Amino acid sequence: MATVASTAPVERRRFGFDVSRPVLAAFAVILFALIAMPLSWLIYYAFTTKAGAFTLDNFHRLVSDAAYIDPLLTTFALATLSAIICCVVAAPMGWLVARTDMPLRRTVRLLVTASFVTPPFLGAIAWELLAAPNSGLLNQLYRELTGAPQGAHLMNIYSFSGLVFVISCYTFPYVFVLVANALDRTPGDLEDASAILGGKTWDTARRITIPLALPAVLAGALVAFLQAMTLFGSPAILAMPAGFHTMTTKIWSLFQFPPQPELAAAASLPLLLLTIILLRAEHMVLGRRGYSVVGAKNSEPRIVRLGVWRWVMLGLAMFVLMFPVFLPYFALLNASFSRVASHLVWFNNFTLQNVHFVFYELSATQLALRNTFILGVLAATAGTVLAMVIAYVYVRQAVKGYRVLGFLATAPVAIPGIVLGVGLFFTYTRPPFVLYGTLWILLIAFVTLNMPAAYQQLQSAFKAVHPELEDASRILGASRLRALWQITAPLLRTSVIATWCFIFVGVIRELSAAVMLFTSETKVLSVLIYDLNESGDLAAIAVLGLLMLILTFGIVALANTLKFGGARRLSAIPS
Amino acid sequence: MNRSRISRRDVLVGSSALVTGAAFSTRVMSAAPPASPVTPALIDAAKKEGKVVWYTSIDLKLSEQIGKAFEAKHPGITCKVERTGAERLLQRIGQEYTANVHAVDVVNSSDASHLVYWKDQGLLEPYVPEDVAKFYPAEHKDADGTYASFRVFLCIIAYNTNLVKKEEAPKSFADLLDPKWKGKIVKAHPGYSGTIMTATYQTARDIGWDYYEKLAQQNILQVQSAADPPKKIALGERAIQADGVEYLILQEKESGQPVEPVYATEGSPLIIGPNGLFKAAPNPNAARLFQSFSFSPECQQLCIDIGGLRSVHPQTKEHAGRTPLSQIKLMKDDAAAVLKNGEQIKARYVKIFRV
Repeated sequence: MATVASTAPVERRRFGFDVSRPVLAAFAVILFALIAMPLSWLIYYAFTTKAGAFTLDNFHRLVSDAAYIDPLLTTFALATLSAIICCVVAAPMGWLVARTDMPLRRTVRLLVTASFVTPPFLGAIAWELLAAPNSGLLNQLYRELTGAPQGAHLMNIYSFSGLVFVISCYTFPYVFVLVANALDRTPGDLEDASAILGGKTWDTARRITIPLALPAVLAGALVAFLQAMTLFGSPAILAMPAGFHTMTTKIWSLFQFPPQPELAAAASLPLLLLTIILLRAEHMVLGRRGYSVVGAKNSEPRIVRLGVWRWVMLGLAMFVLMFPVFLPYFALLNASFSRVASHLVWFNNFTLQNVHFVFYELSATQLALRNTFILGVLAATAGTVLAMVIAYVYVRQAVKGYRVLGFLATAPVAIPGIVLGVGLFFTYTRPPFVLYGTLWILLIAFVTLNMPAAYQQLQSAFKAVHPELEDASRILGASRLRALWQITAPLLRTSVIATWCFIFVGVIRELSAAVMLFTSETKVLSVLIYDLNESGDLAAIAVLGLLMLILTFGIVALANTLKFGGARRLSAIPS
Repeated sequence: MNRSRISRRDVLVGSSALVTGAAFSTRVMSAAPPASPVTPALIDAAKKEGKVVWYTSIDLKLSEQIGKAFEAKHPGITCKVERTGAERLLQRIGQEYTANVHAVDVVNSSDASHLVYWKDQGLLEPYVPEDVAKFYPAEHKDADGTYASFRVFLCIIAYNTNLVKKEEAPKSFADLLDPKWKGKIVKAHPGYSGTIMTATYQTARDIGWDYYEKLAQQNILQVQSAADPPKKIALGERAIQADGVEYLILQEKESGQPVEPVYATEGSPLIIGPNGLFKAAPNPNAARLFQSFSFSPECQQLCIDIGGLRSVHPQTKEHAGRTPLSQIKLMKDDAAAVLKNGEQIKARYVKIFRV
């Protein structure tokens, strides 16, 4: 250690000649351009007239017109209700898989992951197939079973409550993951202590477990609120037929002919502001959670034995999972092979016509698949590299402005997809950077939107790798970048692959920014599905949707395989 | 109801009789270039380009079938169909051209006013296929040769025969306002669909906005594309469509789906969907070849037979079993008026229906 200590300062002095600096500076510029440019244009448009003079008129029009106030209120109610439902459903489920002896806990986690990666707009379309008031499969079944008259229905998906339901289906995994992870990490010591001191199961739960999990639940509620608020696909598919707008669909409609970009920009700002406020709130809530994980990393979480109830609980968990996973997937599968989307597949109406149509007749399929694939690979690669460098700089405090870099990498989390889409549209449809009509603009959007999560993931991974190995490499004469490449990167293989796959899946799912930025030549799968939904081509959507799910699960499975393989290798290296 | 407004009718050669818009062509003096036959040189040049991009608002399946028919006729040239609502096409082409993206070769819009708009902007290339020059009536081609009526069809009421008895079915727009249809009607959106845009103009002009104000009280299911209501009523999701394309109802009815068209007593809006060629087309030769193909009797008959569309090409035959256009009371189309009032119509519609 003595030699290390004496060599380190020398190394630091040499840093000035390292190529790292310009490289890092370049990355800072890239990040800044990714985030600052679209937001500046957004703000500029919101506050100027068509002629370019300063004005507050756009905001005045927004607050004085019910056509804008109503969507704002609707969105607020929608997000609040969804957040509550998500917490009520997901928090107990998180507890069940983390702290009880319920059977099939791994399977339940996997199924929640499935609903997590299901694109929300696809879920919404699948629920149209299930719960459209008259043709929906579930409503048909309901009439069949109860003998209810024509027109009677169990649920109407084209309604405010229908939209809340569908959004909750694909938002609850956020709460679930936060709660389950928090409980996984919370040591059992405190609960053991409570039990030793004579606390009954319920007392322990009330005084120890629930307070420990509460910050995660609250944080989950905020994230769920945020998701519900900024979602575009589901409201566009379900709210507009029902005759109402949310903020995101309103912003989007302002871009329809004749486009009113200034109003769209002005309408985007409240969404942006609200997101920033909520994220601050989440930060404060999660910040408090620190005390629960201090020390005692080794003690196993205490498992609650449920007895016979464990089967009941499993039944409940599976019942919940019917809504985001089993039923919608079934509906898509059914519609893919049925002559009429609202009829159950049977021998007399089984058809491969829909599959044939999508692959051999629909001329947009190939293009959309290719674009999605190219963008997935490029965005995942660029995003991972970018996030890796920034995470490294931040964790090792490699340059002076590392905090700024860290902040910039996290900042896009506050930018809803549709808002970023509007901003990028302003930025790249005018000189000097005309990227509209190319895949580049979509690449920028996807990298930016996925940056925060990728950065977070890699940052915590870097924290876990001891700097000694890197230092050793640098003592032996390697430059900073070489040490990073030869030593740190291989150690981080698992996280890097996971991040790469995460971004890839994120790209497949993305609709809200893509729908603002695509052209006929740069269509992606999500936009194609959205387009098809507008003309009611449900069978083609079902086929493309299944294709999308297969692609997604393929990537997730790949990530898992490589992750476990990588983990085994990693464990061989002593640290 | 306004029964005094009777459309001008032209009886064409053969059995087909079609109604045309007087406003469609206003100029007497023709500045159109001479007719362009399909020459081997054109075919060769088109093959070198290898593809044509067709922006259209025709229902996806039919538009892909038309594309495939073109590919079969001219092997080696692929037809890329970009389908979305006509009003969406207008926005998309506008956005693309603003950013100097020239992706579209040939455009087909169900809102005929768009062609007038693009022509006024100087974006359309004069090109007159031989069939258009020889056979198409003057009211169905631009005097300057930039576009012609590729397809003609109606925007109609229709119902699901399992859900509505024939005797009880609505016969007019006024019938749709009956409280018994509350929650049972689906309708499409003029902000997306050119068909609905055109139909909204004609309906509002002939029977008044009052009709829409009342229809908005009927708890309608608001979809986007005029191609969607026929699908929704075939599924049984709603019993009646207040508007939607006739050709899909005909397609579905003939393939055994439980749907039935209604030609409203007030008249059915007449929709004309012209094809035009862009000056900045990335594949100019393939575009010309496609334009010529699309007006050929072969393609027009295909549109009629498998598509359920109508044609103004006198060499085509109407399909047996369908009500001939001459027997249907029509509203008069007026592209110039739609061009002038389009934005107001959309705004007013959004105010009434709230989306």
